[in-house]
Amino acid sequence: MSDLRELLFASIEELSALLWQGEITARELAEAHLRQIERVDPAIHAYLTVVADRALEQAAEADRKLADHRKAASTGRASSPPQPAELSLLGIPWACKDVLCTRGVRTTCGSRILEHFVPPYSATVVERLDGAGAVMLGKVNMDEFAMGSSTENSAFGVTRNPWDLERVPGGSSGGSAAAVAAGEAVFSLGSDTGGSVRLPAAYCGTVGLKPTYGTVSRYGLIAFASSLDQVGPLTRTVRDAALVFQAIAGHDPLDSTSAPRPVGPVLEEVEKGVRGLKLGLAPEYFGEGLSPAIREAVLSAVRRLEREGAEVVEAHMPHLDYALPVYYLIAPSEASSNLARYDGVRYGLRTPGEDIIAQFSRTRRDGFGPEVKRRIMLGTYALSAGYYEAFYLKAQKVRTLIRRDFEEAFRSADVLVTPVSPTVPFRLGEKVEDPLQMYLTDIYTLSVNLAGLPGVSVPCGFSPETLPIGLQVIGPAFSEGRVLRVARAVERTVGAELTSGRRPAVAVNGR
Amino acid sequence: MSERTGREPKVPSQQQLPAGWEAVIGLEIHVELLTRSKVFCGCSTEFGAPPNTHVCPVCLGLPGSLPVLNEKAVEYATRAGLALHCEIAPYAKFDRKNYFYPDLPKAYQISQYDLPLCKNGYLELRVGGKVRRIGITRVHMEEETGKLVHSTATIVGSQYSLVDYNRSGVPLIEIVTQPDLRTPEEARLFLEELRSIMLYLGISDVKMEEGSLRCDANISLRRPGETRLGTKTEVKNLNTFRAVERALRHEAFRQAAILEEGGRVLQETRGWDDATGATVPMRTKETVQDYRYFPEPDIPPLVLDRAWVEQIRKALPELPAARRQRFETQFSLPAYDADVLCQHPAVADFFEKAAARFPDAKTVSNWVMGEILRLLKATGEEPAVLGAHPEWVDHLVGVLELVQAGKINAAAGKEVLEESVRTGRAPEEIVRARGLEQVGDEAKLREWVKQAIGTNPDAVASYRAGKAQAAGFLVGQVMKLSRGKANPKVVGELVQRELGPPGQGS
Ligand SMILES: [Zn+2]
Repeated sequence: MSDLRELLFASIEELSALLWQGEITARELAEAHLRQIERVDPAIHAYLTVVADRALEQAAEADRKLADHRKAASTGRASSPPQPAELSLLGIPWACKDVLCTRGVRTTCGSRILEHFVPPYSATVVERLDGAGAVMLGKVNMDEFAMGSSTENSAFGVTRNPWDLERVPGGSSGGSAAAVAAGEAVFSLGSDTGGSVRLPAAYCGTVGLKPTYGTVSRYGLIAFASSLDQVGPLTRTVRDAALVFQAIAGHDPLDSTSAPRPVGPVLEEVEKGVRGLKLGLAPEYFGEGLSPAIREAVLSAVRRLEREGAEVVEAHMPHLDYALPVYYLIAPSEASSNLARYDGVRYGLRTPGEDIIAQFSRTRRDGFGPEVKRRIMLGTYALSAGYYEAFYLKAQKVRTLIRRDFEEAFRSADVLVTPVSPTVPFRLGEKVEDPLQMYLTDIYTLSVNLAGLPGVSVPCGFSPETLPIGLQVIGPAFSEGRVLRVARAVERTVGAELTSGRRPAVAVNGR
Repeated sequence: MSERTGREPKVPSQQQLPAGWEAVIGLEIHVELLTRSKVFCGCSTEFGAPPNTHVCPVCLGLPGSLPVLNEKAVEYATRAGLALHCEIAPYAKFDRKNYFYPDLPKAYQISQYDLPLCKNGYLELRVGGKVRRIGITRVHMEEETGKLVHSTATIVGSQYSLVDYNRSGVPLIEIVTQPDLRTPEEARLFLEELRSIMLYLGISDVKMEEGSLRCDANISLRRPGETRLGTKTEVKNLNTFRAVERALRHEAFRQAAILEEGGRVLQETRGWDDATGATVPMRTKETVQDYRYFPEPDIPPLVLDRAWVEQIRKALPELPAARRQRFETQFSLPAYDADVLCQHPAVADFFEKAAARFPDAKTVSNWVMGEILRLLKATGEEPAVLGAHPEWVDHLVGVLELVQAGKINAAAGKEVLEESVRTGRAPEEIVRARGLEQVGDEAKLREWVKQAIGTNPDAVASYRAGKAQAAGFLVGQVMKLSRGKANPKVVGELVQRELGPPGQGS
């Protein structure tokens, strides 16, 4: 391979084939990515921690395994050559959102309060990727405790959108999306509580999958809102998303909310096309506030899918308007409880005080940023005696109505197709002073979390200012194969230029 | 109007309440369950390990860790609920009780709020020959917290405090009674009965001193016949059965003194100081703590299978009340004996095994209540140790047979039993080795009797003057001369034969 730099924009599948054929080594691949991080990350700031030594060790191990597999295949000792899916992540470099615990590697969650926290254990999803032989390059930036839509809430500085360094990469998995878009990782993991995988994927022109609640273990995922959080992959292609999903999904006895059911052959379903599928379009997703460029890009993609044989049906989401307020009661309520453990007693930041109460409050004053404090206050209020019924309990009831809306919609539609965000990536600082404006960014994604459904964001075009636009496909619970199948059709018909043609200038030229 | 008098009320030591008042008492009891692993992780629950050796990310509440419910703990809690005649919920859930404390690693305790595992039960107590039914409001599951070790006596004023999380995550049940108890004595009896039941169920070692059984008590006073409740206080940190009774009695008198002066009882939390024998106000905040309960999102609701519950119900052991009843009828034991024997299942088992092999159950009961319990107390052992020593039954039965056959007297029997238990040697062997066989040989006995009469003219004189009890003194002298080996019954006969009936001066 003469130009290692070309490898930085390849898919998992392409790279896996090259590794298998011996065209490149895992070590070369890891080194190329570490160099790319050195080259472009000062401009983008996707990474909070790079673990070069650990990555090179994992790469060396992957090369040994590849050699063993090749030998076994050529001497005929293996009865059949290993399935590509089994080996597809072997030697592939990836980036881990800093919300996932990694044994021996600092895990900050984007917060001062965990600045020096080194977990003694790894999240189940990290264990699974380690087991698959993937090479972790480091930990990537995020909004503090995953609260935000722009990665501007990180205690360690903002991440910039590789397509326009003056714009946000989306949040809270902004580092995960930017790293993949800028050739700093082949894929990444993010977490999605109200759209935090899908929104940055859309803003950075990558694929982002938020799986059905309970299909991917939350063990080791630092909790934001337990009933909404779900880990998902960010990748360059839809097929890659299916590959990573298959590697991380499946029941985990350490997570009581993980579904005790096997993960279907998602990758096989992806290429089946959309012929005969009913795509639901709900007017509630195309109303006021949606940018005309995004409306046009999404509807144009839908027209292309129709030409591929899909059928468009009308759907309705009568309670969608309530999703935002409901979300901003439930998520902060759970967060206020989940974040109470950061008190300076056992780990993380400790600011001493004259007594224990003072130590608690000073630690939390110094350790948490304004957005986290805002949500803790909101949640504490919503759960407090006298308000619980009016706020939290009422919100849970409306959540049920939203879940029923989806069930009703999926009676006539196989999937729903919607925009991911009302606007293209906004400018850094543009919404920082206006939390309510910021909250509106997630208006099309968070109902999916309230209902626990799978949703995928797939690139479907560019705005006039050459910023990526994402399209969201939402399906019934456990229909990852189906939503990815629709996403794959979008990718094939309209998004091809995004994965092969256009690339962020910074990623190609450096800063 | 005095809110709280500083004056200490006079509290009589005997069982009584301040005249003209009725106490209304409810208990909240925490019982640590004896599962091998903790309620939400696989860590050991063993007591007494070095600090922070039985911990993992889950019970330390590390970021990202998640609880996984221990099924055995659910089974134990269900067993407790069934034994207390509770309804077992077909659908229960866990909730978070949020508060800050350094021993609470997640800053919330996983507990049960509106849908507890068990509710609406009762426990029947025998008080002064009457049966009292005490309502059980609920039995719910929760997790234990860690333990703080302060550099001085209290957290306030300590230079530093250390935390041991070994107990963090040990399964607990909280048993809440209706305010149905009327006297401090009833409260203690209730707690003792509850402790027995837990022991019979085998779900807790219920040691108050190790904190595996803890009790808080609510008490208010009212005039007899009144139905409205007075203002109550809550007494915390009651860590012996005696403390429960003493603290409640003290509190009743304290409240009565305030009320009779026309004052108002302050609703507050008070602690018990065992040394001064008084309750003292605890530092409490102005407002009620708001725990901000909400459903625990990390644990799916608990759906209990009816058949599983029925299986547990069928497998419940015979409980103390039933066993007492049976002992009274089957062995014709007095109620007092049945009560003492049935307090601990190991004692009751021990009695039954011995009684099956010795015809006189009352004698067995006397020896178990007297000698066996005394031996346990002397060595500081728990009654449970009886289960580990089946050979002690052999020793007791052996001794009883020797006494019955007249081979040794009762006093020697007690010594022999103690040595048997200590050394494991058979009673016959000990009797032989130490030459303790009772002397029944009349010639030898008569010799001693004559000696005793000869050396104690005063006793002989008073016997002859009509004081029959002087014969007992002489028998005692003979026992002394025989170094305990004389058969006291025969000696008594011989004394009378020598001196004639009492009051017949010679
Ligand atoms: Zn543990």
